[in-house]
Amino acid sequence: MSIDQSHGHPGSDVATTSEGGLPERFENPGLEPHRHRMADVDPKAAKRAERQVAALFGLSTLGTILFVVSYYAISIEGDSWAEIARQLRISTTLLGVGLALATFGVGAGAVHWAKTLMPDEERIELRHPMRGTDEDRDAALDILREGSAEAGIGRRPLIRNSLLGALVPLTVGPAIVLLRDTGPLPGNDLSTTFWKQGMALVHDPITDPEGLGRKIKPEDLTIGSVVHVLPEGIQAEEVEHPLDEIAKAAVLLIRLNPDDLDETSRAGAYEGIVAYSKICTHMGCPVALYEQQTHHLLCPCHQSTFDLKQNCKVIFGPAKRPLPQLAITVDDAGYLVAKSPFTEAAGPSFWERG
Amino acid sequence: MSTTTTAKAAGNLGNWADERVGASKGVKFLARKIFPDHWSFMLGEVALYSFIILLLTGVFLTFFYIPSVGHTVYTGSYEQLAGQTVSEAYASSLSLSFDVRGGLLMRQIHHWSALIFVASIVTHMFRVFFTGAFRKPREINWVIGSVLALLAIIEGFAGYSLPDDLLSGTGLRIASSIILAIPVVGSYISFFLFGGQFPGEEFIPRLYTIHVLLLPGIFLALITAHLILLVVQKHTQYPGPGRTNDNVVGYPLFPVYMAKAGGFFFIVFGITALMGALFTINPIWAYGAYHPSPVTAGSQPDWYMGWLDGAVRLTPGFLEFQVLGFTVSGNILLPALIIPGLVTMPMILYPWIEQWATGDKREHHLLDRPRNVPTRTGLGVMAITFYLLLLVSGGNDIIATHLRLSINDITNSLRLLVFVVPPLAFVVTKRICLGLQRKDREKVLHGRETGVIYRTEEGEFFEVHEPLDEHDRWLLVQHDSFRPLDPAPAEDDRGVKRPGARFDKVKAKLSSFYFEDRIEPVTPAELEAAHHEHHGGHEAVEGSDEAERPALAGH
Repeated sequence: MSIDQSHGHPGSDVATTSEGGLPERFENPGLEPHRHRMADVDPKAAKRAERQVAALFGLSTLGTILFVVSYYAISIEGDSWAEIARQLRISTTLLGVGLALATFGVGAGAVHWAKTLMPDEERIELRHPMRGTDEDRDAALDILREGSAEAGIGRRPLIRNSLLGALVPLTVGPAIVLLRDTGPLPGNDLSTTFWKQGMALVHDPITDPEGLGRKIKPEDLTIGSVVHVLPEGIQAEEVEHPLDEIAKAAVLLIRLNPDDLDETSRAGAYEGIVAYSKICTHMGCPVALYEQQTHHLLCPCHQSTFDLKQNCKVIFGPAKRPLPQLAITVDDAGYLVAKSPFTEAAGPSFWERG
Repeated sequence: MSTTTTAKAAGNLGNWADERVGASKGVKFLARKIFPDHWSFMLGEVALYSFIILLLTGVFLTFFYIPSVGHTVYTGSYEQLAGQTVSEAYASSLSLSFDVRGGLLMRQIHHWSALIFVASIVTHMFRVFFTGAFRKPREINWVIGSVLALLAIIEGFAGYSLPDDLLSGTGLRIASSIILAIPVVGSYISFFLFGGQFPGEEFIPRLYTIHVLLLPGIFLALITAHLILLVVQKHTQYPGPGRTNDNVVGYPLFPVYMAKAGGFFFIVFGITALMGALFTINPIWAYGAYHPSPVTAGSQPDWYMGWLDGAVRLTPGFLEFQVLGFTVSGNILLPALIIPGLVTMPMILYPWIEQWATGDKREHHLLDRPRNVPTRTGLGVMAITFYLLLLVSGGNDIIATHLRLSINDITNSLRLLVFVVPPLAFVVTKRICLGLQRKDREKVLHGRETGVIYRTEEGEFFEVHEPLDEHDRWLLVQHDSFRPLDPAPAEDDRGVKRPGARFDKVKAKLSSFYFEDRIEPVTPAELEAAHHEHHGGHEAVEGSDEAERPALAGH
């Protein structure tokens, strides 16, 4: 329901008069006089607006035609990626521009129509308080009282209580129980990794494709060089979840001048070569940035910085614990192997970690 | 078809619908409903329309996307990855981009639309907050809107995690670490969610169900409730001549808003489509497939997650500690769970906090001008400043590399700035608001500066001020000015302590925090007095001023 009025109501706070004979507050002056648009007074302007709207709708039709035609006309196949990429760019651009014109044309036309040709005299609709009238409220209360009396929920506590006793377990019980099989219990999985004593260190084929997953000899590493390393056999067929294992067992192997290492790290090192977990102790990102001059490792996710010269202690950023060291040595054939598994959990913290 | 046959056909259809569902009542109730006009009311519309665009393009994407991390050898168009073993999710995301006509366009429109969706929700909330549209009776819609905003962030994160590319996989790794950090049950929740260890094989399909079914379903329900409340409570309007707390001034739904709002949907669609056509977004082929071993430097989440990432980057590591052999990762809990809670709870509860301070239980349908509520405006700007600083912190590495600054210096400075700048922003904003109110008073009392300078016979210069007409003046004098609540005396006249007195004291403190500094709008008496003063000061000049006015109007 709407009522056309030239003046609004003067506001909820009724103006009272103060001593000087002036009202305490200003009064709402009501709507400003309406200003007519060109199209309201000049039939030529109205005709022009009509043609503009039609032109915008026509633009939309052209856009749709462009879309459909380019869908069939532009192939996205080719003999090389360069060719495909070029075709793809043309196709995406033409389809997108076609779709944009098709939709924008309709939209701009409709808005222009509303703004130039539909009535722009402001109308006034009255509001009513959200609250019901006192009679409404009394009637509603009576109905509720009557209904509850009919159901007898107040008189029969046994029914009420047993219903609660049925509904509360129903809403929580099955839902919780059913979620149990969404995954196994953590057990010891977060604290252990794939590394075992004597397991060979091999090039990580993802971050180091030239390494071809080969084993590593100490003499392969010059001072300052860094190798991404995995335990041998982690990607073998029989490993059930290789990605889960790699997410814990990835290691960085770096050769430093043995004098640069501190006492504790030297114990797990081999001729200045040290191996540290690559999984950040903060949130598990691979700590992949090595600053050769300072011997710092930087995690690209949140910039935790670990100092290789201090057994990978955290020297900056949100991580707390040092990266765990993997003690290494060489086997009889002279290849680098793990001297022992990690002595603590690798990767981000968790409650039971201790 | 002639006009009469068209009218007859429409009449028949109308009759059919009315006899089945009583359509005439609906038309009577809805079709001529009045909605007020203002550009800022379109922000919520943009959110709604982006949601529809997301549904349309999203359905298309589901026809080709495979929610599985099962291994497959990539054989599609993109040569650089040919022969690599990747997940089916990643391979299908590439193939729907490169081997399906219009697929890349749809994916890019979907992603751009998601960014616009969250951005428009946030700016819509700014509008609602700063104009006080959340006040009674609209508290419920504020809460629904806040929940929608939070869900939109989760939905966006879920969506960009689905392609299983290196960047989003790193994001999931971080999400799993946040879950692991929850005391006592973290490892269990993580194992149940991921179906075992990270990354596992279960999470992508589960996330897919959440992204395309569960959350959109909740969105549809909440958006429906949001809009029903909007119609039932009628839209708020800005103050102005003729606009009161008891009316709505504007244009009818049919035909004006049907054309304007319906047309606006197509405009939003058109602009989003153009962005999808011209601007590459989330080039997953350049990132490569997810693998837990490599990572790209400069990893950034989508913008709406940036503030959380920034909070995580700023929090120092010493907050992690051991208790009785258990690890409490305060360095993760604080920025990733506690701060978001501390930020969102006051936001959701804000309508009641303010109601408590004002003691105002009336319905409000006229919006506030932000300057007229300096404390609220200051608090809002303070919150936004805090948010922006965290967002900047999320890009500390980008700033460091682009400006060649030390990442440590940037991080340390931001650690300080997040505590110092927001309160400063509060004070400055409040002062600016009070200043603007003073300017409004000035304008009402002494009129608008015309830029016309006069010299009197004595050689004195002055500028002609033109009094405001009553329509222009109304906007500057219409608002209520609250005064701090007086606490009732803590003891009655016999010296007995009144129960709840302490509670009232807190309330009075909050109230004076809000309203101690205030500028009251000009009253008619003050205006009258100002006129007298004016006449006294320039009596000799007034005459010439009056005489020249017609000439001024001609310019």
